[in-house]
Amino acid sequence: MNPETKQRLGKKHVINNFCTAVPSNYEFCTACHVGYGWKDNNFDFSAQDNVDCLVCHDTTGTYRKLPGLAGHPTYKDMEFPPHSGKIVKAPDLGQVARNVGKSSRANCGACHFYGGGGDAVKHGDLDSSMRDPSKYLDVHMAKDGLDFTCGTCHATSGHQVPGSRYAPTATDEKAGAHMRGKKDVNPSTCQACHGTRPHPASKTKLNDHTDRIACQTCHIPEFARGGIATKMSWDWSTAGKLDKDGKPIKLKDSAGRDAYDSKKGDFRYEANVIPEYVWFNGKVNYTLRDTRLDPSRIIRINHFEGSPDDGKSKVWPIKRFTGKQPYDTATNTLLIPHTFGDDDSSFWSNFNWDKALEAGMKAAGGSFSGQYGFVSTEMSWPITHMVAPKDDALTCQQCHGANGRLDKVPGLHIPGRDANPWLDRIGWGIALLTLLGVLAHGGARILMARRGNGGH
Amino acid sequence: MSEKIYVFKRFERFWHWSQAALIITLMLTGFEVHGSYVLFGFGKAVDIHTVAAWSLVTLWVFAIFWHFTTGEWKQYIPTLDKVDAMIKYYLMGIFTHAPHPFKQTVVTKHNPLQRLAYLGFWLVISPIIWFSGWFYLFYASWAAWGVDRYLSLEWVAFFHTVGAFMILAFFIVHIYLTTTGHTVTSHIKAMVTGWEEVE
Repeated sequence: MNPETKQRLGKKHVINNFCTAVPSNYEFCTACHVGYGWKDNNFDFSAQDNVDCLVCHDTTGTYRKLPGLAGHPTYKDMEFPPHSGKIVKAPDLGQVARNVGKSSRANCGACHFYGGGGDAVKHGDLDSSMRDPSKYLDVHMAKDGLDFTCGTCHATSGHQVPGSRYAPTATDEKAGAHMRGKKDVNPSTCQACHGTRPHPASKTKLNDHTDRIACQTCHIPEFARGGIATKMSWDWSTAGKLDKDGKPIKLKDSAGRDAYDSKKGDFRYEANVIPEYVWFNGKVNYTLRDTRLDPSRIIRINHFEGSPDDGKSKVWPIKRFTGKQPYDTATNTLLIPHTFGDDDSSFWSNFNWDKALEAGMKAAGGSFSGQYGFVSTEMSWPITHMVAPKDDALTCQQCHGANGRLDKVPGLHIPGRDANPWLDRIGWGIALLTLLGVLAHGGARILMARRGNGGH
Repeated sequence: MSEKIYVFKRFERFWHWSQAALIITLMLTGFEVHGSYVLFGFGKAVDIHTVAAWSLVTLWVFAIFWHFTTGEWKQYIPTLDKVDAMIKYYLMGIFTHAPHPFKQTVVTKHNPLQRLAYLGFWLVISPIIWFSGWFYLFYASWAAWGVDRYLSLEWVAFFHTVGAFMILAFFIVHIYLTTTGHTVTSHIKAMVTGWEEVE
């Protein structure tokens, strides 16, 4: 439950516009849950025996959990992906257990780099290039630099990991270092280490930006900068096309990236993406399963609240992810498809939306009228990782000039961009008239002198 | 017939020319920050503008000190005496080789129109440009000063630009009027050497 918005959130409850939702697909999705055996609605979250310590604390790099096993690791060698001929070897659990340690970038990345069904798909600022990033990609995490792990910023206390995307800290005005373990503060913000006036005295004008501009806006000039493209749109409405033999199809775009998959529909991937910018105060509203939609408009799966005037917002970079996904045309609510499963109703086994939606909604405890369509959706993701070195931060001109990065952000007066046109007309007009006046005066003097009247 | 008088002392000439350089720099960089053109690049223009502004503040502190300790401030006491004659001269007499209505001396080196113009600079242009510039520069301190409720960057920038356009017009006329001495260059020469050729 988010205390700010009173919405019940968490992976079990939210819907997104990637794979849409977890219910009915638990065995597949819960490969990334830090627990064993979440295969249906009846999982016991309080049982300590279900906690998977190794996925976070393995240092051998051999421990691996695959989709479809409900959060279990592979206990014996198995073919994955199915029918691919590739064999994933089962880890030597004893060896893994004897080599536990602090969580590395690889531990966290095993799930967080692959959200949305593949490398770089979801976040845009988190992908496998961050496992061992160059300085250009991430100035804090580079091995030849500060070599931060995720936990350096997301400093945990009692296994509670700070830095939530459901309730992010958009504005952090508590300058100075934060104490680890203190509950009222978030140690993973930029300000937690850098304070609110982080630039040196010689660049003090930059400090004047921190009241309205999030650090990330200048210091993460682009996301998906590590050479791996991130998914920018996903259209479920075209899923299910089969070739003439009735077999599913996969197509690539000109850059060799996935462009179509019968199981999922059309995609668009992009690398080195320029973010969009919005006012954000840390409050996120979600369109949930029971939210009524207006299908004639683009549905905001989540919505970042913020305004130039609320005193709590800053301009943040975001990834805007667009898509089309199923909804119930009778009730105007989002639908959850049953995508994964070795059964007759899962979309990925027989490509039948009616059955998949029926089964998905049943498993999620919702209702389905039997009529469905596809609605356009968009989802916002805060961009906060992949912090570039200072030389690669935005330059002044990228906002302070024509066609700047923040042109779509309301409520800002940006010198160099927002000159008052009337003042300019009048000011330059007066300057020009003055110049013409003195030229005329001088010209007349010259003329009179030539006529022999002896003017100076 | 002409004679030479020593009107501008060494500090005055230094003050004038360094101020000229600073004001030209401020105008060049200022109108770039304003968005009129790209010359140095926005960030560099801001940096130069700030350094030049502080330099000008420093120079003015010295100049004010100099004016009071030497009594030269009296040169700027405004007078309406002969203003009409001056206006008439610039509108008519200058074209017909009429005698200049004002006799420049070491004790009164500015003509009455000049005095009024400089007074206008002091009382109108200068407060506009300095106050708006000060708040522009110290944007981050508005809240601490308790003025953030009354000010917006948009309006501070607006008035700073108003001041800038006034200075630009002043600058154009100022340069032109240097040609109206005994000879076309005698005013300029005086500002360089200190010695003015007078009738």
